[in-house]
Amino acid sequence: MLKIKDLHANIDGKEILKGINLEVKPGEIHAIMGPNGSGKSTLASVLAGSEAFEVTHGEIVFNGQDMEDMAPEERSREGLFLSFQYPVEIPGVSMVNFMRTAVNEHRKHQGKEALSASDFLRLMREKKELVELDSRLANRSVNEGFSGGEKKKNEIFQMAMLEPKLSILDETDSGLDIDALRIVANGVNKLKSPENATIVITHYQRLLDYIVPDYVHILYKGKIVRTGGKELAMELEAKGYDWIKKEVEA
Amino acid sequence: MDTITQTLEQAYLSRYNDNAELINASCGATMNSHREAAREKFEALGIPTKALEDFLYTDMQPFFNHDYHIDFKRTPEKTDLYQVFKCDVPNLNSHLVFTVNGWFYEKNLLKQGLPEGVIIESLAEASKNHPELFEKYYNQQAKESEDGTVHLNTLLAQDGLFIYVPKNVVVEQPIQIINILNSQDELMSNQRGLFIIEENAQAKVLVCDHTETHNHYVSNHVREIFAAESAVFDYYLIENQHNRVKQIISTFIDQEAKSNVLGNIITLHNGVTRNNSYVKLSGEHAEAHLYGMALTDKDQHIDNFSFIDHAVKNCTSTELFKYVLDDNSVGAFRGRILVREGATKTMAYQTNRNILMTNDAKMYTKPQLEIYNDDVKCSHGATTGQIDEDALFYLRARGISESEARILLMFAFCDDVLENIRLESLRERIKELVEKRFRGELSKCAGCAICN
Ligand SMILES: Nc1ncnc2c1ncn2[C@@H]1O[C@H](COP(=O)(O)OP(=O)(O)O)[C@@H](O)[C@H]1O
Ligand SMILES: [Mg+2]
Repeated sequence: MLKIKDLHANIDGKEILKGINLEVKPGEIHAIMGPNGSGKSTLASVLAGSEAFEVTHGEIVFNGQDMEDMAPEERSREGLFLSFQYPVEIPGVSMVNFMRTAVNEHRKHQGKEALSASDFLRLMREKKELVELDSRLANRSVNEGFSGGEKKKNEIFQMAMLEPKLSILDETDSGLDIDALRIVANGVNKLKSPENATIVITHYQRLLDYIVPDYVHILYKGKIVRTGGKELAMELEAKGYDWIKKEVEA
Repeated sequence: MDTITQTLEQAYLSRYNDNAELINASCGATMNSHREAAREKFEALGIPTKALEDFLYTDMQPFFNHDYHIDFKRTPEKTDLYQVFKCDVPNLNSHLVFTVNGWFYEKNLLKQGLPEGVIIESLAEASKNHPELFEKYYNQQAKESEDGTVHLNTLLAQDGLFIYVPKNVVVEQPIQIINILNSQDELMSNQRGLFIIEENAQAKVLVCDHTETHNHYVSNHVREIFAAESAVFDYYLIENQHNRVKQIISTFIDQEAKSNVLGNIITLHNGVTRNNSYVKLSGEHAEAHLYGMALTDKDQHIDNFSFIDHAVKNCTSTELFKYVLDDNSVGAFRGRILVREGATKTMAYQTNRNILMTNDAKMYTKPQLEIYNDDVKCSHGATTGQIDEDALFYLRARGISESEARILLMFAFCDDVLENIRLESLRERIKELVEKRFRGELSKCAGCAICN
């Protein structure tokens, strides 16, 4: 589904990703862990097509397509979804208008007709329940005045609306209390199928109790320095990030 | 060579001299009685140049520097304007009135449905029919103006619109005015308006400016509004002109105690526009709300000037102006707020926010607060920036195309100005118009945007 080969990326001339290799197959869950500043969010943004970063080397192939020249919106329509670490507040753009536009752009891409107003509202209602998103939030502007937890739920709500093939969840757990964490994890698990895949970026092991990964990768200084099963996450939690830093520096 | 060089001002003065008889014949004595003083003021002040602080960003001389035709005599309108402009604003039943080249349309159908005592009339007629009201109100605000173009209007004005809403009367449906410029000539129009909203009365006025032909026009409007104690008055100005129209609209508003006035100036398309809004809060607990937005592109030029005079204590004013400037267009906003010595417990808030869509678009913004006491809450803020790249990426990352995402963001940017339209059917319709404008679907001059 996703193949990343020797990916290098810069921002303002500074190299952040220094040769990433990763393969994700349908049905798999991958966790990417690593200390702050390792480049996890950078990797997520580059995958989603952010123009703030410059890919200097390597390639990303998604569903057999080279993504190099694909705009963020095309990647999204092809089934890639990024749950932002810091969802953006957009005053004046209503959630309803935003989601209707997004869903219909996806449908157009799939050769389907736009949803009728009533079908769209039904879909909204159904997906809101999945992540227990407060109904009132859906009537507000995108993320405006949402608490940290509400913003994260809202990301998963959007994921549910768009039914992506590959979801990248960038620290969707950070700042969530345990109840909200369960709701979010539950939502992700309900959306899981043998055809889609998930990359969970997290700093802590806790989320992985709820979303159980097939692989755990440790990203450090722009490189994947270790890959293992879910026990690697446990080990990391027990020994701390200093352990991995020392191992790599050695 | 033996040419006599005449200044621009002298040229207009001789236009007056040559046509004084015609001009005066159409109006009542009170209107005419102000012309002599106006002539003196105009001679003394002249047409503003950039040398004047209030005109830093827009030189008014080129507006007038052209041999315009002036319709000193009303040309009868052959078409039935009620047939041409059919309003399709859902639920917007309005009292519809037309002016053509500054003249009140002779076939305006008004009488039906207006509450008793309400007058909507040709200004020229009204000046003859209601001398007592003209004595009391006409030119009372405008005569103090420091802007020569206002006095030029007083000198040349022959007609326009008169609205009178008597005490305790509520006009529920908006009064919709369509100002049409339609001429084979390059035309100057000096329209004048006088709106009197008596104590505890209410009315809403929607003005749509519309140009029928592609000629050069200059239109120099002056409007005076009097809101008596506890009056509630809204006026919405939709400017949707073409690139060859130069327009100055000077609106004077005098507010008595507890009155509440909302002005919203929406510039969708223009050539060169200068809107002057003068608000005087003369009675305690009066509230003034002044909003505006402008969407410009190509070489358009928009300049909003406001002057809010807090003359007494306990009054509130809010101002919010938002511009989206594309291509080479130029925007200016200058907001003066004067809080006089006795005007304690004043609340005055001013905000101007702008988005530049290109590197060539320009915005000049300058607040000017003069506060002469300590017991006030005043704030002002101005920002000019680009579209928020993070928001743009967020929308695109959900599958929304870049162009659509930009429209969503520009529309969102203007949202709070539009939300302040105090009539739902009108708000929805204007939102549609603005969205059409962003999508490039708004016809620039074929038919009135609100009505066709
Ligand atoms: N917009 C940016 N401008 C400059 N540097 C950035 C920007 N975004 C990220 N970086 C730098 O890239 C590195 C990796 O950041 P990031 O990908 O956010 O790490 P992580 O998500 O693993 O905490 C950091 O050193 C950070 O300072
Ligand atoms: Mg991060």
